[in-house]
Amino acid sequence: MHELSIAGSVVEIASRQANGRRVTKVRMKVGHLRQVVPSALAFSFELVTEGTPVEGAELEMEEIPATGRCRACAEESRFGGFPLQCGSCGGFDLEILSGEELLVESLELEEA
Amino acid sequence: MHRTKVKKVVMENVLDANDTLAGANREKFDAAGTYVINMMSSPGAGKTALLERTLDLMRRNKLRLGILEGDVQTTLDADRLARFHVPIVQVNTDPGFGGECHLDANMVRSGLSELPLHDIDILVIENVGNLVCPAEFKVGEDTRVMVYAVTEGEEKPLKYPLMFRSADLVLVNKVDLLEHLDFDLEQFLGNLDAVNPGVQRILTSARTGQGVEEWCEWLEQRLPAHERV
Repeated sequence: MHELSIAGSVVEIASRQANGRRVTKVRMKVGHLRQVVPSALAFSFELVTEGTPVEGAELEMEEIPATGRCRACAEESRFGGFPLQCGSCGGFDLEILSGEELLVESLELEEA
Repeated sequence: MHRTKVKKVVMENVLDANDTLAGANREKFDAAGTYVINMMSSPGAGKTALLERTLDLMRRNKLRLGILEGDVQTTLDADRLARFHVPIVQVNTDPGFGGECHLDANMVRSGLSELPLHDIDILVIENVGNLVCPAEFKVGEDTRVMVYAVTEGEEKPLKYPLMFRSADLVLVNKVDLLEHLDFDLEQFLGNLDAVNPGVQRILTSARTGQGVEEWCEWLEQRLPAHERV
């Protein structure tokens, strides 16, 4: 349940960025290569927002697919699962381009 | 009253705060000349038993080890290692959020004041036993070592890729049990290579001592040449 710690960090970021305003929505980008369980994060988020400016806010998670560039043939591939393998030449030496994100992308704030 | 909603773009990495603290830990380690290993595994894979073997073997040369023990509760692991008379500090994650399932950079920081870093060549941080969560949190380590017991099955690298991907060395432990198990070692190593191609691995048994010498040599190789014994 490291989602609890992650939710805590999300709330901290949102509260700081809100600067006294109420947060009504938090949009996150979660990479496919992270082991974050969306339902566990949503549950944790609800718990840790209590009594904060983020209480009651909607949590929106956009999952980012895993993609990478092959160091052998320079082709880009999108990976469905492991092994991560170049879709063109089958190589394993890859530069990961996306899928490792864990970001608070934006907030929806209520102006008083 | 009418309230207007506005969108604010943030683009902030959720783990930034932890990574910043991990960086500060790392500076402390570097300043003291301490090489740091983040040791991770499932509960019961044999981290502490391997450390007992390691400390026993390391007594014979002059390499100075230190241990930072992370557990949700109890000082049982630190108590087990106390007889080796190396600096040990226990960090319990319990006072955190109902008992955290991993060590983060701040928890490690809280234990550092009790360790004489300048007298430690290699600090092993024994993370909380957990195959998922510890992998997300840097604590300021130089390298990540994973202990994996053959009793855990061949398929775990595929099911829990994050930790296997982040490991620099995998100690495949409890190999003395192989003859009693249906565990297919080749299949496991194939799965390991599927998520972390070519990652270093050593077959070990904390029970018989197999592979412990090789693991200790690997440890010694981590140090700059002039500091080696």
